[in-house]
Amino acid sequence: MANHPLLHLENVTLASRFNPSLVSDVSFQVHAGESIGLIGESGSGKSLTLRSILGLLPSGIEQTDGRIQLNGRGAMIFQDPIRALDPLYPVVKQLAEVVHYRQQVSRKASHVIALELLELLGLPDSLRQKDRYPHQLSGGQCQRIVIALALACKPDVLLCDEPTTALDVTVQRQILELIVRLQKELGYAMVFVTHNLAVTSSLCSRLYVMKEGRLVEEGETLPLLQNPQHPYTRMLIDSVLPLPELSELSEPNELKRGADA
Amino acid sequence: MRRIWTAMRNTPSLLAGTLMLVLMVGVALLAPLISSFSPTEPNMGAILLPPSSEHWLGTDQLGRDLFTRLIYAARTDLKIMVLAQIIPFCTGILLGMMAGYYGKWVNTLITLLTDTFIAFPFYLIVIIVAFVSGAGEKGIYITFMLVGWIVYARVVKGLSASYRSQEWIASAQTLGLPNRTILLRHLLPNVLPQAVIVLMTDMAVLLVAIVTLGYLGIGIAPPTPDWGTMISEGQPFLATKWWLSATPGLAVVYTGIALSLVGDGLADVWRRK
Repeated sequence: MANHPLLHLENVTLASRFNPSLVSDVSFQVHAGESIGLIGESGSGKSLTLRSILGLLPSGIEQTDGRIQLNGRGAMIFQDPIRALDPLYPVVKQLAEVVHYRQQVSRKASHVIALELLELLGLPDSLRQKDRYPHQLSGGQCQRIVIALALACKPDVLLCDEPTTALDVTVQRQILELIVRLQKELGYAMVFVTHNLAVTSSLCSRLYVMKEGRLVEEGETLPLLQNPQHPYTRMLIDSVLPLPELSELSEPNELKRGADA
Repeated sequence: MRRIWTAMRNTPSLLAGTLMLVLMVGVALLAPLISSFSPTEPNMGAILLPPSSEHWLGTDQLGRDLFTRLIYAARTDLKIMVLAQIIPFCTGILLGMMAGYYGKWVNTLITLLTDTFIAFPFYLIVIIVAFVSGAGEKGIYITFMLVGWIVYARVVKGLSASYRSQEWIASAQTLGLPNRTILLRHLLPNVLPQAVIVLMTDMAVLLVAIVTLGYLGIGIAPPTPDWGTMISEGQPFLATKWWLSATPGLAVVYTGIALSLVGDGLADVWRRK
C-alpha cells in the first residue's frame, strides 16, 4: 500500500491552442493519508494541474503529454463555494442526490445520510429544510456544504482548489480546521492548491512550488521553507507579511509559525 | 400562491398582461353562454347590418353576428396557438440544452440542423406542408413542429453553454452525477425561465402566422371562425363597413400586447430574484 501512490502524475503537460505549455512536465505522487501542497501565484498553472486530475479542464485546454493515475476516488473542493452549488436546488437535496448516486443507496436513505453529513460538518439544523437555497447561506456555510458534497463521494483523495480564498478571514481558519479534523477521522489524502504559504505550511507534509506552469522546487515542508533553493520560493516566503505587533509575543499561532520559520 | 400574488402586485406589466389574457381566454371559453347566435349558420335575412343593440358589432356578408364570430374565433386561434407550441417548446429546450451542455459534435450537429431550418422562410414551409397535407390546422401543427423549436434551441443553447462553464456544473460532474440528471434536474430549472419568456413572444408570433395563413386561405378553412379569414372576408367592404376587418385585427393586437406584457413582467420578476 505504502509503495503504491493513490495519485501519480508523471510529466503532465497541458496546452491550449495559443499556449503550448500552460503546464509542463509536472510530476508528483500522493500516498494514502498524506497531504501535499501545490503553491504558486495565480496563473502558475496549479489550479489547472489539479483540475486535470478529475478531467475538469476548461474547453480548449488539453493534456498533451504525460500520465495521470488516480487509484481511488477523487473529489474536489472549489474556490468559490457559492458558485459551486446549483443556485436553484435546495442544498439538502443537492447533498442527498450525490449520496444517492455515489453511495448507491435509495433516495430515502440518501436523505438520512445527507442529514448526518450536515451534522458532521457542524451546519445548523435549519439547513435540513428543503427550502434552503445556496444564496441564503453564508460563504462559510456554503463551503461546508461543498465539503459535505465532496465527502459524500467517500474520497480517497480530496483535491482542494484554494478552498478558503473566497471566504472571510475569520471563517478561513474554521474551514481549515474542519478539513484537518475530518482528515484525521476519515483518513483521506489531500492535494492542497493555494497561494497562501501560511495555510499550506501548517497542513501539508510536502510542498511543490509552481511557476509559469513548471515545478521549480519541491520538498518536505519545513526544510523547504527554512532553506529555499529557488529565488521564486524565497520570494513567496518573503511575501508573507508578519504581524509586527505580535512578532515579539512568545508563541505565534500555529498557522503562522511555518511561514515565519 | 402567495408568492405569485406578491410578484403580480409588484409588477404592473405582469398583472395587466395576465388580466388581459384571463379576460380573453374567459370570453373564448364562455362563448356559447355570452352569445346566443351561431358562429357559422348563415342568416340571409340579416346581411351586413351595422352595429346595434342586438348585433353588437353588426353582421357579416352571410348575416352572421360579428361579435359571436369574433369570440368563437378566439377559441380556434388561441387553441392552435397554445397546442402548436407544446412540442416545439419541449424539443427546442431539450436540443438546446444538449447542444450547449455537450458541445463538440452534438453542438455542431444541432447547430447545423437549426441553420438548415432557419434558411427556409416559414411561410414557404407552410405552403409546402399545406400542399402535401391539405390546408387547415394540421398543416400549422406540422409546420410548427418542424420550425418552431429553433427559437428555443438557440436561446437555451446559449444559456446552457454559459452555465456549462460555471463551477457548479463542473462540480456536479466531479461529484459523479449522471449527465441526464445534471441536464434535467439542474440545468433545466435554470434555463426554463428564459425559455418561458421566449414562449410568450413566440406565441404572439405564431398567432400572427395563424391569422396570416387564414387570411391567405391556406390556414383554417371556413366556416370555422378564425380572425384571419374574417379579415379577408371583410376586405371587400372596407370602405363602408371597416369594422368587419378591423375588429379581428384588433383582437390579434390585443392578444399580442397581453402576451408581451406577461413576458416582460415575468422577465422583470425573474431578474429581480
